[in-house]
Amino acid sequence: MPNENKKCKCMTKINERLDNCEHYQKFAKYRDQILALSNDSLEKTIAIALSLCFVCAILVSVSAVALKPLQIENKAMDMKKNILDVAGLLDDGANIHQAFADKIEAKLVDMETGNYVEDLDVDTYDQRKAAKNPAQNIIIPRTLDIASIKTKAKIAKVYLVKDGNNIKSIILPVHGYGLWSTMYGFLALEADGKTVQSINFYDQAETPGLGGEVVNPNWRALWAGKQVYAESGEVELKLIKGVVDTNKAGAEFQVDGLAGATLTSTGVSNLIKYWLGSEGFATYLAKITTAD
Amino acid sequence: MNSETKKVLTAPLVNDNPITLQVLGICSALAVTSQMSTSLIMAVALTSVTACSSAAISSIRNHIPGSIRIIVQMTIIASLVIVVDQLLKAFAYDVSKQLSVFVGLIITNCIVMGRAEAYAMKNPPMASFMDGIGNGLGYSLILIIVAFFRELLGSGKLLGIEIFELTKDGGWYEPNGLMLLPPSAFFIIGIIIWSFRQWKPNQVEKPDFKILDIAHGEGGHH
Repeated sequence: MPNENKKCKCMTKINERLDNCEHYQKFAKYRDQILALSNDSLEKTIAIALSLCFVCAILVSVSAVALKPLQIENKAMDMKKNILDVAGLLDDGANIHQAFADKIEAKLVDMETGNYVEDLDVDTYDQRKAAKNPAQNIIIPRTLDIASIKTKAKIAKVYLVKDGNNIKSIILPVHGYGLWSTMYGFLALEADGKTVQSINFYDQAETPGLGGEVVNPNWRALWAGKQVYAESGEVELKLIKGVVDTNKAGAEFQVDGLAGATLTSTGVSNLIKYWLGSEGFATYLAKITTAD
Repeated sequence: MNSETKKVLTAPLVNDNPITLQVLGICSALAVTSQMSTSLIMAVALTSVTACSSAAISSIRNHIPGSIRIIVQMTIIASLVIVVDQLLKAFAYDVSKQLSVFVGLIITNCIVMGRAEAYAMKNPPMASFMDGIGNGLGYSLILIIVAFFRELLGSGKLLGIEIFELTKDGGWYEPNGLMLLPPSAFFIIGIIIWSFRQWKPNQVEKPDFKILDIAHGEGGHH
């Protein structure tokens, strides 16, 4: 028979092995008995449900476990790319891990005191996870929660771009609620702690083309050189409706709002105000800029 | 290719399209079509899930107890969707970030279950696989048409490449913001359904009710 010839040799070997195995024969006997039952019998229903769950569980867990290393690598790579991007150090074609290791130093900061935390492993610390963990977060009182984030991590992970011993820029993690989603991003400040270098939202689900334009390079370029703090020390930087008139006083505190996305724009203004204010990184920024 | 295979592959493209004729799977067609790239990946993901789940369900169709049939189908579909989601996260990280929850929501896409229940439960695995591919392609076709118009008119781009120069960058095209919002997909799908039915009048359903002409009917409020 042509079919017999087609059968792979190793399959026949496996079948031979199985036929000789006592346990398999027992299993095959039970299996045939169950399959011969009426489809609607209780035994068969339970047997089919259990074996289906077993097969599906194996399929799902094998794919999850086998692909995990690749996924973690992707995530870490993506995060490093975002940080290099906001620092203006992202070169096409360069090795991202190498560039990151050479130029950027991660630090943990205690949000309350503004001091560095040295007794935690900076590489494994995950600020987003910590913000959700009751042991590691602070619940923000509703009156202070202008960025609508409910909780924040006690310890934040910031990144410093260094040139020898001098800090070149300070990269702060920021997040806040827009229209549909919590927008996560990085804000890069110059060494003075009050001039914006760049901003980069790496995780958001705002309306594509409207609020989603927070990732538009042209819009992001508008942030360079903007000032954060007014004379009084209050956070003055915000998005306005329409286009900034550069001749008017106060233009250095203003960025163009996103056309057609008032709520996303407000969200961005709020998260800047929150994270650069006294609830956010103001204490830390004051400390490192005066220490120099 | 024999004629039966050809039929299950091509019929769902126009004559029996899951979106325009069966009006299934509308929810994701609204959600992911603001860009061509996400639509394409979604189309591939849904086609492969529909094909594989139909084949898997069909191969055990003679042993599925009637009382738990839907749950059995759901379990198989859900497992395959998780596998697809994991694969995307591992090999197409940027796209999986953009599609976010919508890959997971393939589980609830009516096309997948609709084909399992209507075709795979009664036909052999290979034919069911082809039927899944065919219906996936029918869905993909509509998704790509919708995404083409939404991305072109909403942001002046196709696959992220600029086609119309926007006014905000000094060009001539003022993008239509409505095209980027989900309701615009309703309008486009509506227009596609209308044009398909103009082209193939046998797709037009008979009306369930006849609207009375009040002027000639009894009573009325004159």
